[in-house]
Amino acid sequence: MSGKVLMCGNEAMAESAIQAGLDAYFGYPITPQNEVTAYMSKRMAEEGRVFVQSESELAAVNMVFGASATGKRTMTSSSSPGISLMQEGISYLAGAELPCVIVNVMRGGPGLGNIAPSQGDYFQAVKGGGHGDYHCIVFGPSGVQEWVDIMPLAFDLADLYRIPVMILADGILGQMMEPVVIPKDARRKTQDPGLPKKDWALTGAEGRKQNIVRSLWLADGAIERHNYDLQARYRQIEKNETLCEQYKVDDADIVIVAYGIAARIVRGAVDKARKEGIKAGLIRPITLWPFPTEQISRAADEPRIFLVVEMSCGQMVEDVRLAVAGKTPVVFWGRPGGGIPTVEQVFGQIRELTIKPKREK
Amino acid sequence: MKTNGSYQQVVIAGFGGQGIILAGKLLAQAAMKSGREVTYMPSYGAEVRGGTANCMLVIAQEAISSPVIDSPDTVIAMNKASVAKFAPKLKTGGLLIFNSSLVDQAPKTNVSIEVIALPADKIAHELGSTKVANMVALGAYLQKSGIFGPESAANCLADVLAERYHVTIPLNKKALQQGAEFVKKTSG
Repeated sequence: MSGKVLMCGNEAMAESAIQAGLDAYFGYPITPQNEVTAYMSKRMAEEGRVFVQSESELAAVNMVFGASATGKRTMTSSSSPGISLMQEGISYLAGAELPCVIVNVMRGGPGLGNIAPSQGDYFQAVKGGGHGDYHCIVFGPSGVQEWVDIMPLAFDLADLYRIPVMILADGILGQMMEPVVIPKDARRKTQDPGLPKKDWALTGAEGRKQNIVRSLWLADGAIERHNYDLQARYRQIEKNETLCEQYKVDDADIVIVAYGIAARIVRGAVDKARKEGIKAGLIRPITLWPFPTEQISRAADEPRIFLVVEMSCGQMVEDVRLAVAGKTPVVFWGRPGGGIPTVEQVFGQIRELTIKPKREK
Repeated sequence: MKTNGSYQQVVIAGFGGQGIILAGKLLAQAAMKSGREVTYMPSYGAEVRGGTANCMLVIAQEAISSPVIDSPDTVIAMNKASVAKFAPKLKTGGLLIFNSSLVDQAPKTNVSIEVIALPADKIAHELGSTKVANMVALGAYLQKSGIFGPESAANCLADVLAERYHVTIPLNKKALQQGAEFVKKTSG
């Protein structure tokens, strides 16, 4: 596949995963990401790789566990209620240090909710979701091309740090079509920054020491030590892998923080505000964990207002508040349950926040 | 027509089964082939034949911010429910193309808009199948907006139609042309 093609996010992401060397896909259909399962069933067969439509999400995530334990590149995808079902498995993957990619095309919740786009699973994705002290690397792409570009990186980082990587997309990103270029054979070359050899994998122990993949550590102090190991790796990831985009922030009186598709809408509102003479800017976290705490903290050294816009009742806003640490006001505005913010609505919030303080003088 | 610079926000809407999604994909494909930026966002999920279907397209020269349209420049409405739902959202000076074969009259809107009453089903029927009413409407839109000619869309039919439907390409091409012809004649 070369040159620009028009593809929906679900299919473009799936093709990008295949190009990144995906060996095995396991999944169970759910709207709004059914295109992934459908696409994988056709393309993985064409490539002679593994595709299994599992009997449930629980089965899918445990098949990912099994495939990953053998050293293969593997992934699953689902939408919010299905991702909830996978949480036990994700905790086990994190505990057993198994690399994999998990895609969540978020829809309205809680519960079965609806099938409309949402960003209500931020807490679940970045604060654990399953039990225990663990993190997944979490990406929040805001366009189809960016999603495509993130997939090979996601697989590489999963292998590099032996960690599950989650992609938080949403119904719009999954369904919308944009012209994209899908890089061929995008896998990081092993000699480059060097992906470690998977000498921990279960490949048959003939002629070598037995490998054990597990998340159960019953010996005295073993799980405490294991936790310190994981935490050391998490600190390394925070140091090396944080990604965020800053747009017109330098001279901004108001900085909006948004991710994913909400950030696209906010960008439209920022442009509109600039045309109206309001100095607005956007900070867009691309990795949600690790969170761009430093970048936001630095931006909060200037006297300016922060507005956080999410398609939820306010989840990422807590991380923004931790980063800003009381230096400057942080206001939240969002729409939950499948409500899609409009450029006009976000612009209205920007205008209100930038005009009001002047009146109060 | 005022094409609002190079940033066009288009809504295509109608019954499921009227080829709304296909018309949108064709417009998106042709926009991409013409070197423009484009986003295409379909309604999704519970759409069935006889239900409602719509899609939103943004076609621009620069990077597109929101793929979701608050107030469109153009609404192509193929049935009554779509006229009622989307015409009131049009920008001042926006364009409404409605399927006058199925909708009696254009609605009143709060802002002044340009209206084309296009007998899309009738024109399509005369060509041999009401199924190509979507292409008639798209042809009319392309003629009116001037972003690119209906033949640019016609050249992309093979990209968006499943191979088993490629036999319908000549009919779809004719429908695109006839839609454009209608606008040429009535605005002349």
